[in-house]
Amino acid sequence: MIIVKHELRQGKTAFFIWTLSIGFLMAVCIFLFPEMKGEMDGISDMFSSMGSFTAAFGMDRLNFGTLIGFYGVECGNIVGLGGAFFVSFCAVSILSKEEKDRTAEFLLTHPVSRKRIVTEKLLAVLIQITVLNLIVYALSVGCIAAIGEEIPWKELNLMHLAYYLLQLELGGICFGISAFMRKGSVGIGLGIAAGMYFLNLIANIAEVADFLKYITPFGYAEGADIVTNESLDGCMVAIGMAIAAVSIVMAYLEYCKKDIH
Amino acid sequence: MNAIDISNLTKYYGKSRGIIDLDLAVKEGEFFGFIGPNGAGKSTTIRTLLGLISPSGGNAQIFGKDIVKEKEVILQKVGYLPSEAVFYSGMKVKDVLKLSADLRKADCKDEAEKLCERLQLDISRKVEELSFGNRKKLAIVCALQSMPKLLILDEPTGGLDPLMQREFFTILRERNQQGTTIFLSSHVLSEIQRNCTRAAIIREGKLIACDSVEAFSKTSAKRVTIHGSAALDKLEGIRDRKERDGAVSFLYSGEMERLLQVLAAGHVTDLSVSEPDLEEIFMHYYEKEGERK
Repeated sequence: MIIVKHELRQGKTAFFIWTLSIGFLMAVCIFLFPEMKGEMDGISDMFSSMGSFTAAFGMDRLNFGTLIGFYGVECGNIVGLGGAFFVSFCAVSILSKEEKDRTAEFLLTHPVSRKRIVTEKLLAVLIQITVLNLIVYALSVGCIAAIGEEIPWKELNLMHLAYYLLQLELGGICFGISAFMRKGSVGIGLGIAAGMYFLNLIANIAEVADFLKYITPFGYAEGADIVTNESLDGCMVAIGMAIAAVSIVMAYLEYCKKDIH
Repeated sequence: MNAIDISNLTKYYGKSRGIIDLDLAVKEGEFFGFIGPNGAGKSTTIRTLLGLISPSGGNAQIFGKDIVKEKEVILQKVGYLPSEAVFYSGMKVKDVLKLSADLRKADCKDEAEKLCERLQLDISRKVEELSFGNRKKLAIVCALQSMPKLLILDEPTGGLDPLMQREFFTILRERNQQGTTIFLSSHVLSEIQRNCTRAAIIREGKLIACDSVEAFSKTSAKRVTIHGSAALDKLEGIRDRKERDGAVSFLYSGEMERLLQVLAAGHVTDLSVSEPDLEEIFMHYYEKEGERK
């Protein structure tokens, strides 16, 4: 577990900055809720009359006047997108950075198998996103309690589970890409996260593009669907996890035979 | 048993050449030199031996273990000093040394301390603050601290000042006397001549000569430049004679005594005798190869 420890130490600054940023933004949003609730009638009307913009963010199906409706849109975007960016950034560089920063020669000339390196680096990514989600989840529960709202446990748990799964999927995909990259890959990772997010917006707006929900992990992390159905779409989640698993297997296959320059 | 046994090792990067059909054996306990110009394939050979890149053909063993199948067993016994050492930024020297030791599952604290003291390396410094030379020292300590049975050194002295170079080679000779096999890749001929017992020359991916350093020194010529006049025509073993600005320069591979006699008999106002540069040695070996065929 030496490499896991090493990775966590190397990544701790980025980890804390992302965790604090996501946590802080989310807390601000939650604390804004009581003030907005009073004026919600007008806001809800306004939001529901913005046509496809409303649909894009699922605001046509969520009631902005309830905490969970508000949470599903505002906090969902913060945690969903923020977490997605962090995990993409972290996973896409974790293998490739050794070659980019030219430290691969140091690491790989020690008596550690490539397989072990991949496994430990993957673990480091998993630990980071798990801890990030736990912190954000705890913070969220704390903030909701602090503003005196009743905690909607079921919806909240499902939503956070969905964000976690979404991050696992993106992490898996980016980890796979990382094994193939030699140079700067962060742009690709962030691009994928942003691209997936927009695919979901398109799927929300246009009915013909509904199938996109099966491609992007944001499809099953849609606050509006989770609140309405009170469950996650098992099929979408299964597809997502399968994509992540395949990507991770590809990472192993590629990295174990790769020429390191 | 041979420490390194390379047979028909070939590596192509796509279509471009790395090394071709390399055959080489290094005995246990040898101080072996590996000479060649930049791009000759020295680093490719080393990187293949260390499993950083996989061979396109042929095979190699280190201490009788296959470099592809038993890489981890081999690496446990090998200390490697890269030509350009880069470490994780943000780490302190002592953290890097600890990480390296941990990855080898070894406790090398005492040895690391001794080496750092001899090389005057401050272990509390941060890696990114280190100069090129100091980074090299850190790489040296990393390679040596676990007391590996085989040391693979890729152009080790670049960036080290002369005093440090001397200390470094003193340490290497001590290790060699304790039984460590040393594989020293370099393009500095004098380094190899002074330290190694045997050496191989590589050029354009192919091994062109492998012999004892003594034999190399005998056959290798000196570059002699004189101002003035001397009866050079009486000398045997003169090649590549050039005259410029009243100076005569030639490669001499004959007897030293004979050269001195001829020079003493003439009128020489200035004289310099130097190692021919590597290119000239290679030319020399190329000609020899040609003659044999």
